[in-house]
Amino acid sequence: MSLALSPQEQAIAAGQDGAGMAMRIVAESARLLGAPRLIPIASTHIDGALYHGDSGTLFAERLVEGGAKVVVRSTLNVGALDLMGCSRIRLEEPQRGMARRMMEAYRKLGCEQSWTCAPYQAGHRPAQGSDVAWGESNAVVFCNSVLGARTNRYGDFLDIACAITGRAPDYGLHRPDNRRARLVFDVSNLSPSFLASEIAWPVLGSLYGREVGYAIGVVTGVAGHPGEDALKAFGAAAASSGAVGLFHIAGVTPEAPDVETILAEPEPEAVIRVTPQMAAKARAGLSTAASAKTIDAVAIGSPHLSSVEFDSLERLIAGRRLAVPIYACTGRHALALLERDGGRKRLEARGVVIVTDTCVVVTPIMPDLGNGVLMTNSGKFAHYAPGNTGYSVLYASLADCVESAVLGRPVFTEIPA
Amino acid sequence: MSAPAEILVPGKAGEGEALVLTAPISFWGGVDPRTGRIADVRHPQHGEIIAGKVLFLPGTIGSSSASAVLMELVHNGRAPAALVMHEPDAILLLGLIVAREMGWETPMAVRLERGAFETYRGSAVRVAMDGAVTTGI
Repeated sequence: MSLALSPQEQAIAAGQDGAGMAMRIVAESARLLGAPRLIPIASTHIDGALYHGDSGTLFAERLVEGGAKVVVRSTLNVGALDLMGCSRIRLEEPQRGMARRMMEAYRKLGCEQSWTCAPYQAGHRPAQGSDVAWGESNAVVFCNSVLGARTNRYGDFLDIACAITGRAPDYGLHRPDNRRARLVFDVSNLSPSFLASEIAWPVLGSLYGREVGYAIGVVTGVAGHPGEDALKAFGAAAASSGAVGLFHIAGVTPEAPDVETILAEPEPEAVIRVTPQMAAKARAGLSTAASAKTIDAVAIGSPHLSSVEFDSLERLIAGRRLAVPIYACTGRHALALLERDGGRKRLEARGVVIVTDTCVVVTPIMPDLGNGVLMTNSGKFAHYAPGNTGYSVLYASLADCVESAVLGRPVFTEIPA
Repeated sequence: MSAPAEILVPGKAGEGEALVLTAPISFWGGVDPRTGRIADVRHPQHGEIIAGKVLFLPGTIGSSSASAVLMELVHNGRAPAALVMHEPDAILLLGLIVAREMGWETPMAVRLERGAFETYRGSAVRVAMDGAVTTGI
């Protein structure tokens, strides 16, 4: 099936301006994907403003010079700099200047200065069933799974091109039939106390991503809604260890009131019965520094911390002084509330380093130690920190992360799966 | 020998030594955008340079920033002479599509069955404007 553009789309694509360039990029992608047409979209979330090299900056500036503007609501994912000045970024010139120019170009294109990987907690929540074009793997999986809006994984450059044209290729998860589950991921053999713990969600997400890969599955055996931050952690971990763009949880997520409704066929192609041993192994697999005697830092906030998570952090620190820093990554939406109630000053006085607009695995923030040990409660940080920061990681609950930061050595509470 | 191949993204005809990868690769984190060196320590061709080679790709692993890395390779003059892919990867090839829009000279990307890749190993290979992939040049 070949791609058919409407007369209006063809006219835009023939233009020598920024909109023409964007339309040609969307159309060429649609052709490679085998999409028959373009569809209108309601919003975008743009991951393309993170600096990877000068060519990306030059591309964004070319769009600005061509007079391009986004035509739908467009939030921005993290950049390479902390524009709020909360933390010191060790990016040197000339890369620093090019990263700043890139962030500035995306602002001029009309994107919102959200600079967060959790736009869905910063007021950007498209309606269930609407078509959108989102980038950043955790945002994509949350948007599809928890909000029930429809998006594929939009890569760098295509995200902004969709925002400028208001169009996306009609394929993949935009089509309702492709959103139904073919696998069942059953967690009913795990203990209720483990399932009620904070670590259950990143650990199970990591296991889920590895087990299902690209496929769409439905999780069964979950007693009640675990809360939005738990679903955020599950999706982020699943999208790091596999190529997960959409998951369902029977009785919890909006497209799966029950398992029968969401299955593509009466019988699933496979049932993955998660055993306590599988969960324990997945938990151990999130750590790369299991025998560490001391830790150098704690990092939390991948995806970015919510206000509720900041409340938990402050309650667990309980006024104590930290022996090693806790890097707490967040967006401006949560920072504003934190500054209003004095939480930022109180946390910083205890030794917390608040990181805004960016995070510790996408740009150099933590000291370059060579063989540092980082503790985290994030499945996503656990996945990317060794390669991107050189730190080996220890995975633990937020409570254990805080105790370890107070003592400067790892502390673990046993929670049997 | 010569085999016709479907053109995925048009570009400049290219020739160079064949570099046949034996495992899929993630360009983001897997290829250094400044040098074109395969940086993924777990990849069987770790340490090889893709710049100037005719690169045979059995598959790609989809980081959504793969396009940014390929465009950066083009901009730095470190792109392969041509890409020969078993199947199109819309995210990776977006790097070439956008580089063309920027007016930069880009290599061609063509599609060829991965079963045919081995016959090119160790040879000088030319990818012509019509998509033909030829050895013995």
